[in-house]
Amino acid sequence: MPDRQIAAAFDEPDCAVNRAKPAAERQLGCAAAALAPGAAAGGCAFDGAKIALQPITDAAHLVHGPIACDGNSWDSRNTGSSGPQLYRTGFTTDLSEIDIIQGGERRLARALRQVAESHRPAAIFVYVTCVPALIGDDVAAVCEAAADQLGLPVIPVDVPGFVGSKNLGNKLAGRVLLDRVVGTREPADPSPTDINLIGEYNVAGELWQVRPLLDRLGVRVRAAITGDARYHDVATAHRARLSMVVCSKAMVAFARGLHDRYGIPYFEGSFYGIGETSAALRQIALGLAAAGGPADLPARAEALIAEAEAQARARLSPYRARLTGRRVLLYTGGVKSWSVVAALQEMGLTVVGTSVRKSTEEDKDRARALLGDDAALFGQIPARELYGRLAAGEADLLMSGGRTQFVALKTRTPWLDINQERHHAYAGYDGAVALAAEVDAALHHPVWHQVRRPAPWDGAGASACR
Amino acid sequence: MSVIAPPAPARLDGRPAGRPAAKACAVNPLKISPALGGALAFLGIDRALPLLHGSQGCTAFALVLLVRHFREAIPLQTTAMSELNTILGGADNLEQAVATLRERASPRLIGLCSTALTETRDEDIRGDLRALMLRHPEWQDLAVVYAPTPDFAGSLEVGWASAVQAMIDALVDEGPRPRHRRQVNLLPASHMTPADVEAVREMIEAFDLSAVVLPDLSGSLDGHVPDDYVATTLGGTRVEDIAGMGAAQITLAVGEHMRGAAEALQRRTGVPFRVLERLTGLQAVDTFVETLMAISGRPAPESVRRERSRLVDAMLDGHGAFTGRSVAVAAEPDLLVSITRFLNELGCRIAAAVTSMPAASLAGVPGTAVVGDLDDLHRLTEAAGGADLVIANAHGQATADAVGAPLFRLGFPVFDRLGAGHRVSVGYRGTRDLLFDIGNLLIAGRTVPTARGHPREASDHDHLHAPAALGCS
Repeated sequence: MPDRQIAAAFDEPDCAVNRAKPAAERQLGCAAAALAPGAAAGGCAFDGAKIALQPITDAAHLVHGPIACDGNSWDSRNTGSSGPQLYRTGFTTDLSEIDIIQGGERRLARALRQVAESHRPAAIFVYVTCVPALIGDDVAAVCEAAADQLGLPVIPVDVPGFVGSKNLGNKLAGRVLLDRVVGTREPADPSPTDINLIGEYNVAGELWQVRPLLDRLGVRVRAAITGDARYHDVATAHRARLSMVVCSKAMVAFARGLHDRYGIPYFEGSFYGIGETSAALRQIALGLAAAGGPADLPARAEALIAEAEAQARARLSPYRARLTGRRVLLYTGGVKSWSVVAALQEMGLTVVGTSVRKSTEEDKDRARALLGDDAALFGQIPARELYGRLAAGEADLLMSGGRTQFVALKTRTPWLDINQERHHAYAGYDGAVALAAEVDAALHHPVWHQVRRPAPWDGAGASACR
Repeated sequence: MSVIAPPAPARLDGRPAGRPAAKACAVNPLKISPALGGALAFLGIDRALPLLHGSQGCTAFALVLLVRHFREAIPLQTTAMSELNTILGGADNLEQAVATLRERASPRLIGLCSTALTETRDEDIRGDLRALMLRHPEWQDLAVVYAPTPDFAGSLEVGWASAVQAMIDALVDEGPRPRHRRQVNLLPASHMTPADVEAVREMIEAFDLSAVVLPDLSGSLDGHVPDDYVATTLGGTRVEDIAGMGAAQITLAVGEHMRGAAEALQRRTGVPFRVLERLTGLQAVDTFVETLMAISGRPAPESVRRERSRLVDAMLDGHGAFTGRSVAVAAEPDLLVSITRFLNELGCRIAAAVTSMPAASLAGVPGTAVVGDLDDLHRLTEAAGGADLVIANAHGQATADAVGAPLFRLGFPVFDRLGAGHRVSVGYRGTRDLLFDIGNLLIAGRTVPTARGHPREASDHDHLHAPAALGCS
């Protein structure tokens, strides 16, 4: 992949980290430090691109590469669809040695025909992984020819894993949407209350917790990029009046692109916690009103917020009584490093630390403001240290991703999933209450009393018999 | 109608693995990458750390899948090849990775698996490694074993076998050694769970033999709670014990895919071997027990006799639940052989048998084994008129839903049920457990005609009183 494409992906004037760097350093991008042999963790660019695009549910997602790329990863994410299920089907050219020797273009062309004929997708996204990039398959040309022959959009997504991290893959996917998808179709029913939700992937159905709130305000999601999305809705995203970037630094560039090309204003927000949800609704209402939407929208939003907040706080109060003072270690990153902190504090929990991996300076400032001191902010913790801190009882609960789940559980510490594999939805007012219920269930689970008991040969009984 | 189809030759036309003739792309792949299989084998070694030589995504995907299947923290690292390294060569990345891992985790063994990326570039990994070991005399406390596991050739079981053979070539002391009369080597199949490995070892020990198991997942991935944090594997075969495998009287290899490793061990040490096709099913376990009797010179102990008798009883009680029922199966070649033969022996019809890659052992599958994916499993099952049960890994759920049959999860990965590593389906007892589990699913899914002609769920009562009348449903 040409360096300029990667440099373009990192050209982000709205990123505070980026602004603080000298020009030469800015060009190096921000993924370089993550690639340490023997100490790297996390997915590759292909992984990130697939995360960002796969929730387009009526498209086929074809992975051009050997079996490791898709065979080890397909259907592993819990993003919901209210309709088509095609996005969950794993399609891969599964390149063999012969394909690699002969080049993979012919196989790809035949694969595209097969997918188009047997599944009739709205579009096909073709992910270019390391091996076809290395052997020089001209995937763009194959896709162009196939699009003509098959009569549907066939979109190459050039994201070989060796170009960088998951975060870079997110950005490159956003770029592909901007360049190839958005603006290719006009909506039949544009409305002055259309918004885009960017970086909302409908994990565990979180979009469905937010939508009813927007419905009550008469605000329509023109395109969720890309939760529970349809290809043609994404194609009309340029006709929205406002974009909200939900918990995704990597997709800010996409929002900025919509602004620069189509004049759509955007803001960054979160639906985690009561306060943040209200703030987001407020910004949506004000933003739409300013962009020519109904003038009474902000007032209606305030009424909704007052009612929903009162309800949510009432439902939260029994949990508050049980959770106040319990200590949580939050090991996530990006926007969640502060947005989830706010949600946890609302229910009375004490956040003893939050990881600010992949967070911007702005994110860190907000985390600092919420936690009151710098010591609670940390970067990546080696598994050994995390184990030590939990074993020493520094926290009553770890909230993290599946990768560190078993580090926590081996220390007999309660654990809750906060990353994309989770099965519980925590967005909006209902989500805030659901999160409190989950935290409460995890902390007060009867199993902890059992598994922390000394074995018969270690406990008091054993010494009495000796 | 005979419910037992005659064995027919598997389709082995030498096509590159992954798809039947006209198919250009795999749809809902069954195949798991060989590099993951190689890493899994290295996870059965004490104080080991597998390392994939590829981009960081290769490791991340394999890691997530292993963690979800075993529900354990899995030590697995990456050389984190970038675009530039891929062009210039990966030797520096390899050196840096090994140095970092040695410093941070002090492993006894690093299991290096290649990927499609490094193999396509044709890295001279063996040469790079030799040069590194010469340059770093301080690494003498560490064994770095390289297993070629390109993702474009074969499937999980190939990678597993490659890693075991690589360890034999690198770690077993060469030349004939004084034989220890009571020592045997066991080379488990890639589809054996940690609990399977333990069950087989116990059977061997019941004959007063001791086994060196390579690799031994029962020591590392058996799901225990250690007293402190360990950055490597939590147990498994000790490197020192691998060195002494030449002292065994015989090597027992499970599954045809382990033949190459057993041969390598014989070449190196002269230890003869026997390949056991499978350890599930009465006849298969009898063969195993006969072998143990011959090796040990001892009669079968009372515990083994009792377990056999229990299995026979379970077969007598339960065979009616299997009679004439049709089952669609997708699995790695040797697991497919094992499970389809077992089902066939209990009177099931194999509606479809799909596997991940061509293999000689597929001749043992009743009916025709097709190299393909879960989409093929669906199509073949429909073509066969449906099935009463689908057996596949956890990805098989969509196929089972489409076919309208329950799914019995078998193989890798099983990420949506508890205890994937703890199921035992080998030996007399394991076979009996498997018979009960599958039999119960078949009983639950049976519909029987009622007086008014409306089907209703069968109960055990129906089954006990009229097994023969139920026939095919």
